[in-house]
Amino acid sequence: MIRDITIGQYYPAKSVLHKLDPRVKLAATVLYLISLFLFKSISGYIVTTIFLVTIIRLSKVPFKYIMRGMKPIMMLLLITLLFNLFLTRDGDVLFHAWIFTITEGGLRNAVLMAIRLVYLITGSSLMTFTTTPNELTDGIESLLKPLNKIHVPVHEIAMMMSIALRFIPILLEETDKIMKAQIARGADLESGNILQKAKSMIPILVPLFVSAFRRANDLAMAMEARCYRGGEGRTKMNPLKYARRDYTAYVIVVLYVAAVVIIGRCVPLRIWIF
Amino acid sequence: MRKMVQTEDLIFEYAKRDEEGNVIGAYRAVDQVNLDVEEGQFIAILGHNGSGKSTLAKHINAILLPTEGTVWVSGKDTKEPEELWNVRQSAGMVFQNPDNQIIGTVVEEDVGFGPENLGVPTDDIWKRVEQSLKAVGMIEYRHHSPNKLSGGQKQRVAIAGVIAMRPKCIVLDEPTAMLDPNGRKEVLRTVEELRKQEKVTAILITHYMEEVIDADKVFVMDHGHVVMEGTPRDIFSQVDTLKEYRLDVPQVTILADELKKRGLDIPAGILRKEELVEAICRLK
Repeated sequence: MIRDITIGQYYPAKSVLHKLDPRVKLAATVLYLISLFLFKSISGYIVTTIFLVTIIRLSKVPFKYIMRGMKPIMMLLLITLLFNLFLTRDGDVLFHAWIFTITEGGLRNAVLMAIRLVYLITGSSLMTFTTTPNELTDGIESLLKPLNKIHVPVHEIAMMMSIALRFIPILLEETDKIMKAQIARGADLESGNILQKAKSMIPILVPLFVSAFRRANDLAMAMEARCYRGGEGRTKMNPLKYARRDYTAYVIVVLYVAAVVIIGRCVPLRIWIF
Repeated sequence: MRKMVQTEDLIFEYAKRDEEGNVIGAYRAVDQVNLDVEEGQFIAILGHNGSGKSTLAKHINAILLPTEGTVWVSGKDTKEPEELWNVRQSAGMVFQNPDNQIIGTVVEEDVGFGPENLGVPTDDIWKRVEQSLKAVGMIEYRHHSPNKLSGGQKQRVAIAGVIAMRPKCIVLDEPTAMLDPNGRKEVLRTVEELRKQEKVTAILITHYMEEVIDADKVFVMDHGHVVMEGTPRDIFSQVDTLKEYRLDVPQVTILADELKKRGLDIPAGILRKEELVEAICRLK
């Protein structure tokens, strides 16, 4: 089940987006996310849609693959949609039955909010689809470097992130093994209500934690044996370097944000109730 | 010949604790060990579980520091704080569990981890990574994720990671204990190749006697002491003593020893099947 989640999993392909410097992608994603909340008019949505579709095309990540990543957040999306639909009282009543009332404003809010959420997730997952975990941690480390001055252990945080990423599949495999071992000893993991199910997880979690600590101990020793002594004096195998395309990407993103804010705020466009 | 590793009256004690964590005594894991390893030698340290062999190995890499006595690694005292990184660079270490010593998410990144820590310039790191992966025969896996490799392959990647730091000596702490027979062969063959081509000193810690046949010198440890010392042939000819130290003597050696005891004229310390066949054929 855990393996099915595609949000944030790297999709190997050869595209411009894959080749971009991770710092550009990180900064662009943050700008894009903010820009989504800087307009109200439908014209802004049109600009964003054009931008997003172009980026998806450029990334060469199949549309189906992106949609599969949406599945886990379907519930959240549905709840937001329903709450907005039925709880907003604004404008003419479009539909009324028993305690359910849908108003014009409610429908508008619901649809626009849903679109915003979908765009939000598509945009940010596009970054992780096109960036390997290592590039990502390198990018974060380099972008957060100024925080070093106020004693934030930036290198250590980045190192922890990349080690965590390395150990996720190992610990998943281990969980699987422990589950099978406990089932073989007669553990019942399936039946009962939520509380009982949670309780039956204890014999899985305890050995898992013990083994995780043991692994951490071993790994720390192996790292020290290979002369690891923190970020100072360390060189990089893949130092981040801006190429011309990275500067171009920065310019494009800034232009997009400017366009979306100006058009989204100054060009009123109304289609039916939107 | 120059000395690679030397220990003098090495003692290491673990603090024994009761359930509340109070120190109630000391347990001597390594007791009065004097070791002499010359450059380029292949040394094997044998011992059953809890004999102190792994503790001894960790001293060579300065992961543990002696309670008493001294350890020198290529002339440097491991107790000197300013020599610590030099010691760790000249004596690389490969551990038992292949999963818990690979840091990178891609094979070549993991091999580059050591040189990165040493502050080697970027171009040079790539050269070293390529050379090391070629030396252990894993170059075609350079872009793979370590999770998809077999145990033997992971151990070879770990060895490459150590070689990339250009050590003079490699300490292998039971590198084959968690591997299947094929993986074991793979790793041992790699170590053998490295010794021949790169002329590195190798110290192999193990409890499989078959693995030490080619060693220049074998040390047998028991209860923290070095109890036997000599060439593989010297050691293997004392089958009964070895059994006393709870070591699994290879079947050929036991068979040859039993035959000899029954009065057949067979030389002591037979290590390989071929030798035994030859010895038997020579009998009338």
